[in-house]
Amino acid sequence: MATVIIPTPLRKFTNNTARLNVKAGNVQDIVNDLSFNFPDLKKHLLDENGKIRSFVNVFVGDDDIRDLQNEHTSVKDDSVISIVPAIAGGNL
Amino acid sequence: MSTENIKFSREELARYDRHIIIPEFGLEAQKKLKAAKVLVIGSGGLGSPVLLYLAAAGVGTIGIVDFDVVDDSNLQRQVLFGVNEVGQLKAEAARDRLEALNPYIDIVVHNARLSSENALGIIRQYDVVADGTDNFPTRYLVNDACVLLDKPNIYASIFQFEGQVSVFNYKNEKGEVGPNYRDLYPTPPPPGLVPSCAEGGVLGVLPGIIGSLQALEVIKVITGVGELLNGRFYIFDALNFESRTFKIKRNPGNPLNGTNPTITQLIDYEQFCGLKNDAKTTVKEVTAQELYDLEVSGEPFQLIDVREPHEYDIVNIGAELIPLGTVSANADRIARDKKVIIHCKVGGRSAKAIQELQDKFGFDNLYNLKGGILSYIDEVQPELTRY
Repeated sequence: MATVIIPTPLRKFTNNTARLNVKAGNVQDIVNDLSFNFPDLKKHLLDENGKIRSFVNVFVGDDDIRDLQNEHTSVKDDSVISIVPAIAGGNL
Repeated sequence: MSTENIKFSREELARYDRHIIIPEFGLEAQKKLKAAKVLVIGSGGLGSPVLLYLAAAGVGTIGIVDFDVVDDSNLQRQVLFGVNEVGQLKAEAARDRLEALNPYIDIVVHNARLSSENALGIIRQYDVVADGTDNFPTRYLVNDACVLLDKPNIYASIFQFEGQVSVFNYKNEKGEVGPNYRDLYPTPPPPGLVPSCAEGGVLGVLPGIIGSLQALEVIKVITGVGELLNGRFYIFDALNFESRTFKIKRNPGNPLNGTNPTITQLIDYEQFCGLKNDAKTTVKEVTAQELYDLEVSGEPFQLIDVREPHEYDIVNIGAELIPLGTVSANADRIARDKKVIIHCKVGGRSAKAIQELQDKFGFDNLYNLKGGILSYIDEVQPELTRY
């Protein structure tokens, strides 16, 4: 199963779990799985149209999925997927 | 950057000896540091270590942009300042500290809030920018100004236990320009979705770690020593002590320097970050003084606090607690037949709550407490605990 690393600001929506193992063929499967199992996480990951938000970056291994096939980027059992939201470090 | 006319006094040579004797660094790199002009934007959590290390390292000219004053709540992480500086302008207190640390460099104070009006004029005077600001509008402002002016932007950002570092808009020896912030994050989060450090907090040592990495990359950009974080994006998870470095690329759709640029001058960044949209203006407000007047008038009203329970435990003003994430589920607890004043810590979350309640349930009797409980404490009940 692929490993998904949840960033510290979103761990409160995954029962403080930092790493999740997800059975998935591509990034979309992972997003679906996370949204189903952690409904509170969903609005932080996806916009109203179900697309990954533009201030949430997803990397498969070292690569940004925008440089691969976006949600269709395939993942393998040994893939490590990182979710990295924008942070500004202070006031809004 | 020419180093031809750069000379060192005997005192300076003694001070920088541990740099000069590193074979890969040497006198030449030290000269480049002395010739360099670096602008550090923000002298807070990240700016503190960046400024201290750059000054100690002998960067010849350091500019500091900050409009803020030192507050008690800064001292947990902003190691430039101590108790004696509370109440002083940060940029000026920082200058005094850095001049005491290294009398052989020039410190330039820009005691101003960086804006679309002044950013190009300030940044133009420097070779390298280190962005240690604390909000999305200024992040995009600094990024865009650096791209428009062709300046490398050493980026670092922190939140709670998470840190990020990269080198943006760096032109290599072949003249190829690397990615910038808009390639990494094309648009900012809408207001309210991501809590700020003022609301979400930050572990004090984290900006020390991340700001030191930022200073490292500033020194590498100036001296050309080592492999830069150009085209790479570093993140640090302080909870698990894990770091990862990702590859990032230019995006042809980048509105600043993609294939069809649409941004050719600085824009309104508050608006870009959704802080000035029309919907926001429909949230009605009351000031802390007006809330006090309402309290003493005897007129019936309901007071609701949308902060988290642990914040409520620190200090509260007797409001009903309905945390932001649960307001819709508790809409039936909110009165429709009298004024309802909603507050949080500084006013951001309560505005979000009002927006949500108005949009979903059609409330028209909700008022946001301007400046939140902190404003109320300052103006009405100064004996209460600030946090």
